[in-house]
Amino acid sequence: MELTTVWFLLIAGLWVGYLVLEGFDFGVGMLMGVLARDDKERRLLLNTIGPVWDGNEVWLVVAGGATFAAFPEWYATLFSGFYLPLFLILVALIVRAVGIEFRGKRPEPEWRRRWDVGIIAGSVVPAFLWGVALANIVRGVPIDADKEFVGSLLDLLGPYAVLGGLTTTSVFLVHGAVFVSLKTEGDVRVRARALAMRAGVVAAALAVAFITWTAADAGEAAVWGLGALAAAAFLAGLGATWRGREGWAFVGTAVAIAAVTAMLFWSLFPAVMPSSLDPAWDLTTTNAASTPYTLKIMTWVAVFFTPLVVGYQAWSYWVFRRRLGVHHIPDSPAPATTGH
Amino acid sequence: MEALDLARWQFGATTVYHYFFVPVTIGLVFLVAILQTAWHRTGDERYLRLTRFFGKLFLINFALGIATGIVQEFQFGMNWSDYSRFVGDIFGAPLAIEGLLAFFLESTFLGLWIFGWDRLRPALHLACIWIAAVGTALSAYFILAANSFMQNPVGYTFDAERGRAELTDFMAVLTNKVVLVTFPHTMFGCFMVGGALVAGVSMWHLLRLRDSTDDDARLDRSAFTTALRLGAVTVMLSGLGTIVTGDMQAKVMTEVQPMKMAAAEALYETTAPAPFSPFTLGTPDGSEPTFQVEVPHLLSFMATGSWDGEVEGINDLQEEYQQTYGPGDYRPNIPVTYWTFRWMIGAGAAAMGVALIMLWSTRRSRRPGATPRGARWLGAGAIALPLLPLAANSFGWIFTEMGRQPWVVFGLMPTSAGVSPGTTVAEVATSLVGFTLLYGVLAVVEVKLLLTYIRKGLPPADPPVLHDGESPLAFAY
Repeated sequence: MELTTVWFLLIAGLWVGYLVLEGFDFGVGMLMGVLARDDKERRLLLNTIGPVWDGNEVWLVVAGGATFAAFPEWYATLFSGFYLPLFLILVALIVRAVGIEFRGKRPEPEWRRRWDVGIIAGSVVPAFLWGVALANIVRGVPIDADKEFVGSLLDLLGPYAVLGGLTTTSVFLVHGAVFVSLKTEGDVRVRARALAMRAGVVAAALAVAFITWTAADAGEAAVWGLGALAAAAFLAGLGATWRGREGWAFVGTAVAIAAVTAMLFWSLFPAVMPSSLDPAWDLTTTNAASTPYTLKIMTWVAVFFTPLVVGYQAWSYWVFRRRLGVHHIPDSPAPATTGH
Repeated sequence: MEALDLARWQFGATTVYHYFFVPVTIGLVFLVAILQTAWHRTGDERYLRLTRFFGKLFLINFALGIATGIVQEFQFGMNWSDYSRFVGDIFGAPLAIEGLLAFFLESTFLGLWIFGWDRLRPALHLACIWIAAVGTALSAYFILAANSFMQNPVGYTFDAERGRAELTDFMAVLTNKVVLVTFPHTMFGCFMVGGALVAGVSMWHLLRLRDSTDDDARLDRSAFTTALRLGAVTVMLSGLGTIVTGDMQAKVMTEVQPMKMAAAEALYETTAPAPFSPFTLGTPDGSEPTFQVEVPHLLSFMATGSWDGEVEGINDLQEEYQQTYGPGDYRPNIPVTYWTFRWMIGAGAAAMGVALIMLWSTRRSRRPGATPRGARWLGAGAIALPLLPLAANSFGWIFTEMGRQPWVVFGLMPTSAGVSPGTTVAEVATSLVGFTLLYGVLAVVEVKLLLTYIRKGLPPADPPVLHDGESPLAFAY
């Protein structure tokens, strides 16, 4: 296999990792608004992702770095072309990260309410915009002969892209609810399951529409196959939720997200960013790539370190495998009346 | 204003801001790891309380460090797409490796450290903070290797057909002579910040507690005295480290970027022996001084290692560069380079001085600030101490990046050629204003939160117990 193909697969793999992992912590962030009923429950939700959300986000950082290293033209065109959506994603991720860390550091309800808004918005916005961005990459955007994006913001908000964004948002919400039902006990667990079922119906409808549209455009058997796998896994996940099999439910939603991501990358290949103006101007794994020498070095680094990373991340999930309940959340100190 | 100017302002503003959190993170993670090791070895509760106290400050700071870090990676592509196309084959690799090797380590093992107090055996828990610390150092090395390529491109060839620089020798990039001296200089700079924060905060508490006589206050005083000494000694030893490595850096810089060295002194004519002026009054670019304090021979020594060495001047270099690279202005902004170079050295030296005084104030069993006058001065020192090396770090980076101008990659690509061609002024202006407002608000929130937690003082000692599954978590958001 050519190294450019290897790196295309690796980057697809990093996106799979990012969307499956951060997918559920975006979902948990959104649930702060609809599932939790009081402060302790909100803290319970945050603590289910507490030890892992930051590591999940690193998948994005590495996906970005790997794209820069392996396909500089792709990185350059994509990041400069999708300027404003990426700016919004950055703002959202900053507010969200700071919110998760700072929310519990002061007891005042007003302080916590404000950060809750930040965490919820900071989860919804990137969940939606990553769907929009990925859909646009697959569908093609106006790229000229100089590999420059020449479209406008409106070109990025076509119906297919918006459907993609709604799909990721709703699927992540369900994925997050399933994760919460898997990681908590008591009342929150029951409500998370019920919410996953209700939201799951909407998400399934959106996802099936998005998958069908994508596969019909691509017209490839493999794309149809991956799409069908995604749909089946998602429905199986909902079925498992209904039967109270939360572990299998999480496997189902995780596989669904992985399969949709794989489907998108499969239908993209060998282009990495097709041009909607002229197929001759497509960015491909060949014309956007780094030199074979760079790819070779990067491949060796990836071969040695990726298994290590996956290993210790998996270990950290194992360490924090236990379910949490509201009784595990310590009381917050009363709001201080003086500075000391 | 063109998109180029706005993009440069944005890069400068977001990078300087991000780099307030980086040295605190790197400096503090090692000191917290040392404190926890001391607790692990001795069982002395003072060390556990200090670990928890400074660990909390570390985490408040780290939150903003990671949050603002993603912007750094994204904006190469957003605002500097032609730069990314030109150097991606070389520059992208250390960035990707930094993420894979360092960021995963830091984030995963800090997560384990924060939430693992009552989940992991003590030795394993201690290992987590050390692994995270190693992660920060690895991260520094790879990002500095990338930056050093911009200062002194090595291990590449220019591909005229594709119009880009291509990697030919990755080891040469990783062992660039610039990164070999810049890495230790940067790390020592970070340790100065961490040490200064620990010493400053400890001194503030010692002064606050100096008249209390109850048992709790005595225990706290004893802990903070230890921390103060640890911090102050760190500042002084790392300060010496920055001087030695800074001297080595100056010689490498004279060799690979002589214009930057000339700009550091605003030396217009080639001179031997060349003096160094700690202070100048006159035109801001130092071209016509009306009053100047000069140390003879010093610049010659800094630049060449010989007291009588010849140092090339700005005017001669400008002519030389015009012959090599064609017509153009190859001089960086002289007032900025001249003054930031001095402020870097001055702030670093002042930090060492303050740290020395603080250390002196705790000699034998003396109580710092026994007289009201002494207490006032030490109190001012406690507030100034953390800010001094932080400022020195900033000035150092502003100097080294502004001193590289007009190049983004020295000798290869002018900064003006790197900007994204398709990005509009409105887009860059939107993100510049957006980031500035957001960063401003977050700075206020962060500083207030840090001060709140500094004021709270040492947490109680109750040693972590392995969890029975029913009791509340030792640490929770």
